[in-house]
Amino acid sequence: MTKIVGKEQFSELVTLLEIDAPRIARQRKPGHFVIVKIGREGERIPLTISMADPEKGTISLVIQKVGVTSHKVTALNPGDELTDVVGPLGHATHIEKLGTILCAGGGVGIAPMLPIVQAMKEAGNRVISVLAARTKDLIILEEQVRAHSDEVIIMTDDGSYGQKGLVTQGMEEVIKREPVNQAITIGPAIMMKYAAALTKKYNLPTVASLNTIMVDGTGMCGACRVSVGGKTKFVCVDGPEFDAHEVDFDELLMRLGAYQDEERADYERYLKTIQ
Amino acid sequence: MTDFATYLKEERDQEWREELRKQIKNKERTSFERVKMPEQKPDIRNRNNLEVNQGLTEEQAVKEAQRCIDCPNPTCITGCPVNINIPKFVKKIEGGDFLGAAKVLKETNGLPAVCGRVCPQEVQCESQCFYTQKLKKPAVAIGNLERFAADYERNSGSISIPETDKPNGIKVAVIGSGPGGLAAAGDLAKYGYDVTVFEALHEIGGVLKYGIPEFRLPNEIVDVEIEILRKMGVKFIKNFVVGKTASLEDLKDEGFQAFFVASGAGLPRFMNIPGENYVGIFSSNEYLTRMNLMGAAKEEYDTPVLKGRNVAVIGGGNTAMDSVRTAKRLGADRAMIIYRRSLQEMPARVEEIHHAQEEGIEFLNLTNPLEYFADNKGRVNRMRVQKMELGEPDSSGRRRPVPLEGSEYDIDVDLVVVSVGVSPNPLIPEAVKGLDVTKWGTINVDPESMMSNIPGLFAGGDIVRGGATVILAMGDGRKAAAGMHKYIKHSIQKN
Repeated sequence: MTKIVGKEQFSELVTLLEIDAPRIARQRKPGHFVIVKIGREGERIPLTISMADPEKGTISLVIQKVGVTSHKVTALNPGDELTDVVGPLGHATHIEKLGTILCAGGGVGIAPMLPIVQAMKEAGNRVISVLAARTKDLIILEEQVRAHSDEVIIMTDDGSYGQKGLVTQGMEEVIKREPVNQAITIGPAIMMKYAAALTKKYNLPTVASLNTIMVDGTGMCGACRVSVGGKTKFVCVDGPEFDAHEVDFDELLMRLGAYQDEERADYERYLKTIQ
Repeated sequence: MTDFATYLKEERDQEWREELRKQIKNKERTSFERVKMPEQKPDIRNRNNLEVNQGLTEEQAVKEAQRCIDCPNPTCITGCPVNINIPKFVKKIEGGDFLGAAKVLKETNGLPAVCGRVCPQEVQCESQCFYTQKLKKPAVAIGNLERFAADYERNSGSISIPETDKPNGIKVAVIGSGPGGLAAAGDLAKYGYDVTVFEALHEIGGVLKYGIPEFRLPNEIVDVEIEILRKMGVKFIKNFVVGKTASLEDLKDEGFQAFFVASGAGLPRFMNIPGENYVGIFSSNEYLTRMNLMGAAKEEYDTPVLKGRNVAVIGGGNTAMDSVRTAKRLGADRAMIIYRRSLQEMPARVEEIHHAQEEGIEFLNLTNPLEYFADNKGRVNRMRVQKMELGEPDSSGRRRPVPLEGSEYDIDVDLVVVSVGVSPNPLIPEAVKGLDVTKWGTINVDPESMMSNIPGLFAGGDIVRGGATVILAMGDGRKAAAGMHKYIKHSIQKN
């Protein structure tokens, strides 16, 4: 059992949970994820770690309410417990002084982007962050990202905050303006697909952090497999970060939709039971 | 004479054994037919998840035990990876001392109820039985009797807890709670160590829980065996990936003096043919984990699983049989095994193949997948296969399957389970600097002590063997426990 010690509601759909996990807090590095399960009958879902406080022994996770499990998790409050938390899993982000780094985070992807922004800045890079979301409410952790970035560009689909437009517009503005050495993108698969297509056009090396369906998260099941450079890779043990230009995003999107119908039906049923 | 042979002889010379031998003449014993294991009817069981084998009754068990002639030289034991004193436990059953029989089993085997169900006895103890070797008759049903004794004890409410030496306060770690880890933990506890088992998943039991289905090995049985280890003082920590949650160095700093790595064969293999990543194509690990560990078929569980009307399972091992029989139980109209060699070469246990056939599983042997096709949502809907024929024997000694040109045809499928083997889990080899691993990623160990090139780090089971059986992993666990005991005693003496 893992206790929840803090909670912050970013918007109706997006919640930050701070959980008591001293070992994970000590071991985790930017890029790592955990697998979380709630209740005996719960499913195992991967969540990328946002920040950690090794002294306090806590990590923070940012979750968007999209289905049964994320609904249950975001409904928890300080003092409540998560049944199972395991990690940190996956390979950490490769942090190196490269020059200028363009960090593009979309929606809840901004949360795991934050520690990468921080680490890249600490490594001596110039860091430009592009934060994108559908609407103002879904832009999260802006202040924290700003604290570790040389510049922050905000993009919203509806223009309710920052500039109106997609993440790629914000990225292109930077790429056209100044030399960039590497791009990193975390967010919805569809966003990363277009971000990767854009940077490929400019031959800008780009890393994408993938979040797929997983069961065990330790290489055992292969639910998370994805084609990278024509070869099948497991996101849990080979990733979660890959060369974005080599990732088959169409396949990734297809596999992410594997349970769409079941999940939607389950969620509707669940929402009725809790009313 | 070796110590073990002397021990066996002394046991055999005991009065009660001699008495029993006198009661029935060998000629009469060998005239008894092997008792058939009661089973659920095929057309009933292929729609439920209850155990197929129902277990012998007391009368049946005694009857079967009477067949054993208590050989002076019990060759059956040579076929057992954990050296169970087979004639002794069988004779205990014959004499009606069922609890005594269970105690004999537990002298060398911490998981008799598991082994009695899933061990391939037909190629181990039973293949070395006097009946098989000399009489050319069906062997004494050692496995069924083992299961009987273990079940009898469990249901009796008076399970014996193996005696343990006085606690020595020395901390040792077991990494992985599958059969290898559990066997090692039991023996280490007996030696008096302070044993902690680290498990990556949220349940203890490893492949016994996530892999083997309820209809072959109910989880409840595994839990009872784990509870016994707890009572022997073994501690279990779930949700802990050694090498990730803490490094080996961290654990050394926390006082652990030796480690046994039994992390299993983690990585499922695929065939790398076109379309293999379409939706509805699973590894057998994923399919079985969803069903067995995550309860995906049960209404109250959140984990989903796709159901199929036409299910193809690729491969011919026990895991393939488990997968295809699971698919049938979930309501598949067609549940097919697609295997590139013939029935004769199939690695699955004869009993499992036979059960599968009875349950209406189709066997498309000498058939190999070439490519998968999908609908516009990416869900697999068809596969292309090719007929094969057997050529010259390959390095495994089995005849090599050779494609028959022009024999390709398509099969409608909406669910495919790929069960063509596993590779060793990379987590530990990646996490331990300088660890000597083979080119396949398995850990190299000394075959006697099971120690790797890193002092104090032992390994066994699939992470060493690359994909074997429950009982071989358990044998490794026992050997490693002995090796660790020796290593620790030696290093204490030195200091």
